[in-house]
Amino acid sequence: MKFVFIILGVLLIPLSIAAGLIWVERRLLSVWQDRLGPNRVGPFGLFQVIADTIKLFFKEDWVPPFSDRPVFVMAPGILMITILLTFSVIPFGPGFLVFDSNIGILFFLGNSSLGVYSIVLGGWASNNKYSLIGAMRASAQMLTYEVFMGLSLMGVVMMADSFSFNSIVLAQKHGWFIFPQFVGFIVFFIAGLAETHRLPFDIPEAEGELGAGYHSEYSGMKFGMFFVGEYLGITLISAIMATLFFGGWLGPAFLPPVFWFLFKTMVLICVFILLRASLPRPRYDQLMEFGWKILLPLALLNLLITGAVLIFFK
Amino acid sequence: MFSILRTIWLTFLHIFHKTETIEYPEVKPYLPPRYRGRIVLTRDADHNERCVACNLCAAACPVDCISLQATEDETGRRYPEFFRINFSRCIFCGFCEEACPTYAIQLIPDFEMAEYDRQNMVYEKEHLLIDGEGKYHGYNFHKEAGVDMGVKGKGEGKNEETPVDVKDLMP
Repeated sequence: MKFVFIILGVLLIPLSIAAGLIWVERRLLSVWQDRLGPNRVGPFGLFQVIADTIKLFFKEDWVPPFSDRPVFVMAPGILMITILLTFSVIPFGPGFLVFDSNIGILFFLGNSSLGVYSIVLGGWASNNKYSLIGAMRASAQMLTYEVFMGLSLMGVVMMADSFSFNSIVLAQKHGWFIFPQFVGFIVFFIAGLAETHRLPFDIPEAEGELGAGYHSEYSGMKFGMFFVGEYLGITLISAIMATLFFGGWLGPAFLPPVFWFLFKTMVLICVFILLRASLPRPRYDQLMEFGWKILLPLALLNLLITGAVLIFFK
Repeated sequence: MFSILRTIWLTFLHIFHKTETIEYPEVKPYLPPRYRGRIVLTRDADHNERCVACNLCAAACPVDCISLQATEDETGRRYPEFFRINFSRCIFCGFCEEACPTYAIQLIPDFEMAEYDRQNMVYEKEHLLIDGEGKYHGYNFHKEAGVDMGVKGKGEGKNEETPVDVKDLMP
């Protein structure tokens, strides 16, 4: 019985955060752009999400006749499934996790690699040149950033001596990993931005050049799934950063551990949105160059130094 | 690198800035007196129509939204028989106001003209005519110059001289 509650919690908390993020992002962006943002529907415009959802449900769910129908329908689902699956290994609190995998980080990296399929297949099945260009960009970008996303986490794994998220949280009892692993954190953060193709790195969508890129043919709730999937991705990357670098659910005892976990996650999400508000989109070759020429050597260097220091003090 | 961090920080500081948004239906924005909004036809101080149906506004209108028909009353004074502005076409450029020789047609700071039925966007003369003088008080075109309309005698206008006696040789 307790297990059912945990599964429901792990499923519903990220989903509701992701849905709420649609409102949070619009309000925060408006704050940073000296505007007010949606404030008409319900208190502070909170019901804007519900209104948007109703609108999405009533929109015509159109599958283009020139598309590859089964793949087209399947693609948005893959995104949701891979991201939601990853939440199952993240500890929301002591004992509040679906399964304590001893290869949690590998599970996360594998799932986020699988997430590329959603975008590539979606862009391919749309049978539209802009979608295809978006999908190709997404695959190249995500393959690039996947490499040192994994490498940047290896420092944490070495320090905690475990791939399990739960053990990594417990290993941070005497200090968060962001201090010894600051370079790793920065690299992971940038890789996470690229992995969720969030705004400074939203090159697969690039509405200025590609007209929404890989999801330009999607409408109705299929588009909604890509939309919520993006916010779920932010929630996931923020939750993982909170777990790996900011001590997860560890925190002062006067509030429950789940609160500390969600609080850290929310703060990191706000940083994501701040980056969206402030930074312009780089050119495509700049993004690849930045990845291969700066971040990859940085991640390797971080790995080398962490290993050397750990061996020295052993 | 530093400039990126500085950008992020400066954007963050916008939390403490005042918002520019005016919450429109509750708070009305300030419109300057010369704001170009709804078009009106004004009257002079004697409560007569200023418009002399010269068609200059219709000629100046870049989107051809003004249409009117000139006619005369028993004293020979010209006035529009009908005067119609299609506001679904109007772009509020104010060229008609600039073209008007009698200050009859004027743009006023009112923009709340939304309608559910497009046909209601077509304003007839009775919708356009207002009782007041608009922006130019005390101006009466017929008192300045021009033919006698029963407003002034010949050569008595503000902008004209007494007529020259052509049979007189004196300078």
